[in-house]
Amino acid sequence: MTRFNEERRRLLQAFGASAALTGASLLPGQALAAGKPRKTLGRVVVIGAGFGGATAAKYLRKWSDGAIEVVLIERNAQFISCPTSNEVLAGNREYETLVHSYEGLKKHWGIKVVHAEVTAVDTDKRRVRTDKAGEFAYDRLVVSPGIDFRFADVAGYDAAAQQQILHAWKAGPQTLALRKQLLDLPDGGVYIQSIPKAPYRCPPGPYERVSQIAHYFKQHKPKSKILVLDANEQIISKGKLFKAVWDEDYKDLIEYRPNWNLNEVDAAGKTVISELGDRETGGVINLLPPQHAGKIAHDIGAVNANGRWVTVDWVSLESAAVRNVHVLGDATLSAPAMPKSGHMANQHGKAAAAAIVEILSGREARPVLMANTCYSLVDGRRAIHVDSVHRYDPEKKAPVPVAGSGGVSAAPSVEEGLFARAWAKNIWSDVLS
Amino acid sequence: MKSLFAFAGLSVACLVHAAPPTDAERTVGYYAANCFNCHGTEGKAVSAIPAIAGRDRQYLEETLKAFKAGTKSATIMHQLAKGYTDEELAALADYFSRQQ
Repeated sequence: MTRFNEERRRLLQAFGASAALTGASLLPGQALAAGKPRKTLGRVVVIGAGFGGATAAKYLRKWSDGAIEVVLIERNAQFISCPTSNEVLAGNREYETLVHSYEGLKKHWGIKVVHAEVTAVDTDKRRVRTDKAGEFAYDRLVVSPGIDFRFADVAGYDAAAQQQILHAWKAGPQTLALRKQLLDLPDGGVYIQSIPKAPYRCPPGPYERVSQIAHYFKQHKPKSKILVLDANEQIISKGKLFKAVWDEDYKDLIEYRPNWNLNEVDAAGKTVISELGDRETGGVINLLPPQHAGKIAHDIGAVNANGRWVTVDWVSLESAAVRNVHVLGDATLSAPAMPKSGHMANQHGKAAAAAIVEILSGREARPVLMANTCYSLVDGRRAIHVDSVHRYDPEKKAPVPVAGSGGVSAAPSVEEGLFARAWAKNIWSDVLS
Repeated sequence: MKSLFAFAGLSVACLVHAAPPTDAERTVGYYAANCFNCHGTEGKAVSAIPAIAGRDRQYLEETLKAFKAGTKSATIMHQLAKGYTDEELAALADYFSRQQ
């Protein structure tokens, strides 16, 4: 035994070492894609290839050393990133940089990527039916559906109104359409940003969007104003930092109103109405509707919290309501202080992949740590962050923030602006290639 | 983490090539994946955030512990490192030092 191996043995002891040490690391993805024959552990079908589902698919292949067959079903032909899409609205980023291919998951990891709509799931017989790609049997199902919008919660927000008053809270055509509305707004026009009551996807996202659009107005439409109508009683993420930036850089440009719960919209009159009857009119209205778990989670009977979210076992991410189905990301009923973020969905994907590899190998799944990092760009160069580390608490049966860990930036900085953009590149790569 | 420490019966073994990873090795691998979001898969970053794959083990361990202790400044790592035990930081340093 060399000294090096003695050292490794000591380190691994902390993680429950019980068997032989090995110098071999897992095979690289290329070997998996080449179809190296080996014992199979079963098949996992993953529905939804966003930050959660695509990550789960990749790490199931990686950590099972190719022994788990993975079918990834996604309705969209390409991955479009919500993180950093606010920069596109301000002209600080090209839309094309948000768009990524699923080829890496096929080529590097041997994942069968199927572009189709799931039409039915039989959770007893463990089969998934699609509209144009046939049926797939599974041993375990991973559902990573993201959020859907509760349009009906806002009176007057019908299909026609949705064409004029955009959410742009799923990156894609609406991102470009909202950018165009901002370009068309005359100098002196009013932009209204509504924010629903938490929990919603990406807690700091609306405040970053306001900062980005303020940055755009300051340069190109200095007479314009932003009216922020927040259903929450205060800025719910990085509040002091956003407020300081708004006071310092965008004074007289942003008006913030807390406890403004949007109840109704008059699309023709470009007017929003609060539950108290207050009315505000704007040239561009960006309405972030209340949200709940994506439709497929409802269809399979996994939604069991407030009719909105999915309760999961926080070791395996298995749905409390439906057996052999693991639900990830924004669709889950959040653990304490755990945000609905792309970064966290990626961590859920890894936790679920680890648990499924252990379970299908005949071992017991054990809790892993989950960490979150969310950067927000406050202008063309500077960013701020919030981060947290969540450790499973066996008594609470949930991950909870580690005391003393996590926090926010001291102040906006150019260095963090560079890291924010680097974060995006790295996580896209971690999810997709 | 206590449950992991409770795992007993460590047996001394020689280096075995291509053996399946042990419980501990798999667990360290799962933990290490927390870092991949920012530092790239297996620590191979593709942009401004420092790559950590293949860095000197002792350097990584000392740096992580200094972040945790607050004796080395950072934009974010001083906050994240506080979420891990010293043993976990040492095991993660070892893991990333071995990535090619």
